[in-house]
Amino acid sequence: MAHKNVIPFGPQHPVLPEPIHFDLVTEDERIVDAIPSISYVHRGLERLIEKRDFVDFVHVADRICGLCSFMHSMGYCQAVEEIMGIEVPERALYLRTIWAELSRIHSHIFWLGVAADAFGFESLFMQSLRLREVILDIFEATTGARVILGVCKVGGVRRDIDAETLKGIVQRLAALKKDLDELCSVFINDYSIKHRLAGVGYISQQDAYTLGCVGPMARASGLSMDMRTLGYAAYKHLDVEPMVESGGDCYARCLVRIRETFHSIELIRQAAGKIPEGPVELKVKGAPNGEYFSRVEQPRGEVIHYAKGNGSRFLQRFRVRVPTFSNIPAMIKVLKGSEVADVPNIILTLDPCISCTER
Amino acid sequence: MGEPQQIIPTEKSDLVGAVAQLLAEGYRLVQIGCSTLESAYELNYSFDKEYRFKNLRITVTPGEEVPSISAVYPNAFLYENEIHDLFGIIIRNINIDYRGTLYRTAVKTPFSVENVKLPEPPKQKADATAQSKDKEKQQTETTEGKKEQKE
Repeated sequence: MAHKNVIPFGPQHPVLPEPIHFDLVTEDERIVDAIPSISYVHRGLERLIEKRDFVDFVHVADRICGLCSFMHSMGYCQAVEEIMGIEVPERALYLRTIWAELSRIHSHIFWLGVAADAFGFESLFMQSLRLREVILDIFEATTGARVILGVCKVGGVRRDIDAETLKGIVQRLAALKKDLDELCSVFINDYSIKHRLAGVGYISQQDAYTLGCVGPMARASGLSMDMRTLGYAAYKHLDVEPMVESGGDCYARCLVRIRETFHSIELIRQAAGKIPEGPVELKVKGAPNGEYFSRVEQPRGEVIHYAKGNGSRFLQRFRVRVPTFSNIPAMIKVLKGSEVADVPNIILTLDPCISCTER
Repeated sequence: MGEPQQIIPTEKSDLVGAVAQLLAEGYRLVQIGCSTLESAYELNYSFDKEYRFKNLRITVTPGEEVPSISAVYPNAFLYENEIHDLFGIIIRNINIDYRGTLYRTAVKTPFSVENVKLPEPPKQKADATAQSKDKEKQQTETTEGKKEQKE
């Protein structure tokens, strides 16, 4: 019988942009157990709600994460609006949808790049980040910011996008789609990528469901689960289709993200074509009195923003359950039984966002 | 408007049974959240099945123990460790128990009843009117007093 060793993985590791630690219990090269450890940079943002007016708190929600900044502010605003019974103007809902989908494209392309870097495909990493710039430029042109957008507010959005700019965005995304086709064909067809990802880090549909997997991780295991089908923002007017694969391995997770990127481009095209004229914000009167669990589909999966108020300007409780937190139990399950050399790829294909987790 | 959400108040003693029933019905555990009340805690166990969102809610007092549901839903261990570390609630028989080391916080149990000061609810209109009348009366008395002193 092989001797058991504990290999520390993280919190600082070349493939981990953010700190998470695993104690990997190994027998020879095979992992028999994985014990995760988080909270190296926990910020305690949830308790800031005691000191920030509910209208101002959207700026804090915006800063929970750099990649899904807009989704956090949108989720928070949705929760407060639902409690207060605010009917957000239709145009604002469409604009929120467009920025949310742009965030998804930006996050997925970024992930493709980081994944390529992890399995040693440096040029693919460079190409991915080059294409991601297109989205950041659109963010800058429409919001004035490239990372923390700061455009969502309780009752609508802070900025409008005129028809000409919307047309330009659709054209730029059509051009991006061609470049992405080329880039993604490498991810899908390259022998060495398939060799590193196919059959690695398998999680069954049943395990994905009972372990609470969300987002691309759940969909890659055959679970058709996408919160956009709930119809929040303007998704009720668009043809949302969950991108599902049945492989359940790292390669399937990669395919799901690639298909979602193209689907997001299509959703933006639809939204730009259907967006109605009208105001983009509503004056908010009063304060939230009640509670609501807002569910939004982030690039990494379902996120929950829970808000509870008692009628004062300061909320009693704000909680965020981020997708990475929900995916950690499955991560442990996947790591058990895998080879030590596959750990970086497995962790990366789950796309953990520690910034969100350490809210 | 948003999706319909169900919140079911549940007795602590019925919790594990109710959770097992939801598992049998095919629900997935979405999250376990906790809120600090004036002198108690409110735990929300959220479940979903085909976009039907359901919450079981229990209320416990500080020092009261809560049974773990990690034997039913194995992924509950992270939420339960989180609640233990941030709120100081003792949860019995968690399948993977970090024993207070999941979160490294500067303040121990930052969300506990002792550490959280809940916002005051807004004053009712009737109270507010009465208060403003009292204030006006006080101001008038002070002005009259000053006038008398001058004379």
